[in-house]
Amino acid sequence: MNLDSKIPEGPLSEKWTRYKASQKLVNPANKRKLDIIVVGTGLAGASAAASLGALGFHVDIFCIQDSPRRAHSIAAQGGINAAKNYQNDGDSVERLFKDTIKGGDYRAREANVYRLAEVSGSIIDQCVAQGVPFARDYSGLLDNRSFGGAQVSRTFYARGQTGQQLLLGAYGALSREIARGTVVLHERHEMMDLVVVPDKEGKPRARGIIARNLVTGELERYAAHAVVLATGGYGNIYYLSTNAMNSNGSAAWVCHRRGAAFANPCYVQIHPTCIPVHGDYQSKLTLMSESLRNDGRIWVPKKKEDAEAIRRGEKGPLDIAEEDRDYYLERRYPAFGNLVPRDVASRAAKERCDAGYGVGPTGLAVYLDFADAIKRLGRDVVEQKYGNLFQMYYKIVDADPYQVPMMIYPAIHYTMGGLWVDYELQTTIPGLFAAGEANFSDHGANRLGASALMQGLADGYFVLPYTLQNYLADQIYVGKIKAEGPEFDEAEANVRARLDGLMAIGKTSSRQDSETSRPQDGETTQGLEDFHSVDHYHKALGRVMWEYCGMARSKESLATAKEKIAELEAEFYQHVFIPGKAAEMNPELEKAYRLEDYFELARLIVDDATQREESCGGHFRVEHQTEDGETLRDDENFMFVAAWEYQGHDKPEVMYKEPLDYEYIQIVKRNYK
Amino acid sequence: MKFTLHIWRQENARAKGHFETYEIDNISADCSFLEMLDQLNEKLINDHIAHPVCFDNDCREGICGMCGLYINGRPHGNDDGVTTCQLHMRHFHDGDEIWVEPWRAKAFPVIKDLVVDRTAFDKIIQAGGYISATTGGVPDANNILVPKHKADQAMDAAACIGCGACVAACKNASAMLFVGAKVSHLALLPQGQPEAMDRVRKMVCKMDELGFGSCTNTYACEAECPKQIKRQNIARLNRQWIGQLFGRDRRE
Repeated sequence: MNLDSKIPEGPLSEKWTRYKASQKLVNPANKRKLDIIVVGTGLAGASAAASLGALGFHVDIFCIQDSPRRAHSIAAQGGINAAKNYQNDGDSVERLFKDTIKGGDYRAREANVYRLAEVSGSIIDQCVAQGVPFARDYSGLLDNRSFGGAQVSRTFYARGQTGQQLLLGAYGALSREIARGTVVLHERHEMMDLVVVPDKEGKPRARGIIARNLVTGELERYAAHAVVLATGGYGNIYYLSTNAMNSNGSAAWVCHRRGAAFANPCYVQIHPTCIPVHGDYQSKLTLMSESLRNDGRIWVPKKKEDAEAIRRGEKGPLDIAEEDRDYYLERRYPAFGNLVPRDVASRAAKERCDAGYGVGPTGLAVYLDFADAIKRLGRDVVEQKYGNLFQMYYKIVDADPYQVPMMIYPAIHYTMGGLWVDYELQTTIPGLFAAGEANFSDHGANRLGASALMQGLADGYFVLPYTLQNYLADQIYVGKIKAEGPEFDEAEANVRARLDGLMAIGKTSSRQDSETSRPQDGETTQGLEDFHSVDHYHKALGRVMWEYCGMARSKESLATAKEKIAELEAEFYQHVFIPGKAAEMNPELEKAYRLEDYFELARLIVDDATQREESCGGHFRVEHQTEDGETLRDDENFMFVAAWEYQGHDKPEVMYKEPLDYEYIQIVKRNYK
Repeated sequence: MKFTLHIWRQENARAKGHFETYEIDNISADCSFLEMLDQLNEKLINDHIAHPVCFDNDCREGICGMCGLYINGRPHGNDDGVTTCQLHMRHFHDGDEIWVEPWRAKAFPVIKDLVVDRTAFDKIIQAGGYISATTGGVPDANNILVPKHKADQAMDAAACIGCGACVAACKNASAMLFVGAKVSHLALLPQGQPEAMDRVRKMVCKMDELGFGSCTNTYACEAECPKQIKRQNIARLNRQWIGQLFGRDRRE
């Protein structure tokens, strides 16, 4: 596998300028003859489709929800970073670049991250022009705040709903192109497979997709000159995460099966401040914004007996005297205190809970206390800053954070890993591009807060419109791509076989003749009690991943994970029960299809975590830590991107290495003490 | 907790729907309404009683606007300022009977069970609910000054999640609060001025064309809006509409 990152020559600060000056262009009359498929309508997908449509290309865009405005970018709370230096506090493109590389624990590609920092300012300009109502100060100028891992204020925000406002801006731009007819929207459609067709020279190229209409269940074919994947991350593999219920990794995974390398799957971000799990019926975890750590203090009891009394419900947090509280982040990291990066804060919470100091009925929670902030600033100020978050906490937990400390615990939030892409955001399949969380490129082993929105919009507004054009310049000679031929037939048949296979599970051989031979409503068939819903298996897989491949990983735990995943997968193919038909709206079938891919992806995450014999960012191997429990990188042996190539359902994948060369950054130990 | 659920079941858009009654037990008060439905579906699947109930949902944190059930005669149920996914069972009493229906509006046809088609909202936005700012070629962000109170008011209106509760709550199935929120958000900002007159005309005409009813100012929409969007946005929409009738920019 050829992992050519195609980084342009020249000094770091001139690479992007040089690329743009020398890239190939498509003339306006030819643009409308070129078709592009964009999958996903989050920040990356919507902004890419809107920009490409405005340039004059013809775009088909797909989303699984009923409207493009529902994509999960909408749930981002805190803000978006940009090196505007409006605060005159010493920010610059270089500073944002360095912070992002350091935050990612020196596992990201320099040139990509530099470009991200370079275009960050234009994103804010674009969003303001679209009418995004960012917070402003009394002069009418834009306001900023700070986020973890930075010493400047460069985060732009719109209350606690920044993601929503940015997405609505991109959705507006997209809607305009839909009205102009350059973009065609396919809502409630899920991408099921990628179609790769060899060109005249025999070079494989992404030429279309097979999509399932989620209302009718029918399979549909779409052809194009290029395909852009902007389908987000795979955090939902853990079942309980801050992702939306329908967020899934299948679109990226089917591309991987078709030959696109998958990079760094073990880099998963665990967010320290989420509302703890409260019951086995729970379907998702809710995030409490990182901004709360600006004023909230995190603690657990110093004495085990206090923690035990709290767990039994005999004591409350207010019964614990000040001197009996352990503000463990302030104790361990005096320089950054409660504002250490996410991976560090998460591990510290786990360490305390594992040691028996956790609170809440399950013992898997720590306190986030605002009593000091209320005393210092007054309740009004705290309410102004965090009112909507406090309200949200109150609605979910039924406890008032103005009176008693919040309880929080880490949860799966974001996946830094994803499809391998080069400088042009092109995957290892020519003509297939990946943007936003779906690619692996910019965050290394840990993403900084407020950088996901920045990357999604950078890719969609300011990178893909250039790099895609460079690719498409050669494609004007191939003419219209039609959704026919053996490759489309094969891909559609493949999807159909997968769906039929899933629907057929549980059929006994003697009852195989028709659709109605499946266990029927109200019918009691022998052995039916062995059958379970898709969620049953998804929850079980999530528990295995969290337990053995979550915040702390060891050689043994990873081996156990692998065994358990295999057992579950076998059990799934024997006993999952999917009611209804394939040719109708059938959410159970959608979930089963996604879970099937998660089983393969889970194995790859575990393999990747096993080979990476070091700790870096979100990937913590207990064998590799310092005496005081901090991550221990091995730059000598592991300063590379692990890109995996699919070999078939039952075969181990093959790993290729893209070495990371740091020309401009000086590598140091990440220290937040 | 134990509940008797009467749930609207409808095979597809063409089929006739009806209420079906289910009993459910052992529900925690801390569980959300949708998690209660998850447990019902789990039971329907495991015991092979019936096909699971279809309902739209996604983020489950009250922001995506995908969920929306008509619960005991109220959109998003009996708690104020929350979406269905943020409604918790502690707001019900043990043994309650709960009636669950889809949004009912001509412009939102039922697709299956509790799932409705809200693409009409997208079509209204496509008619003009945006600022035409082609990527690139825009001024520096701080070149556009927006007074703080205007930015705050715009943000209040922009908080709309497009769930459709306002339409479901309205006896006329009017979309005036939804349209008013978008028109207000953009009319309050200097960037929104050049297209303001065109925008309001196109959006209102599209709304009428799609079969939404008229506004008779009863404000059920405001009372049921999970994001508490204010009825003043409807007034602003009317002012903008009248302004464009007389061909005059109406500055907010």
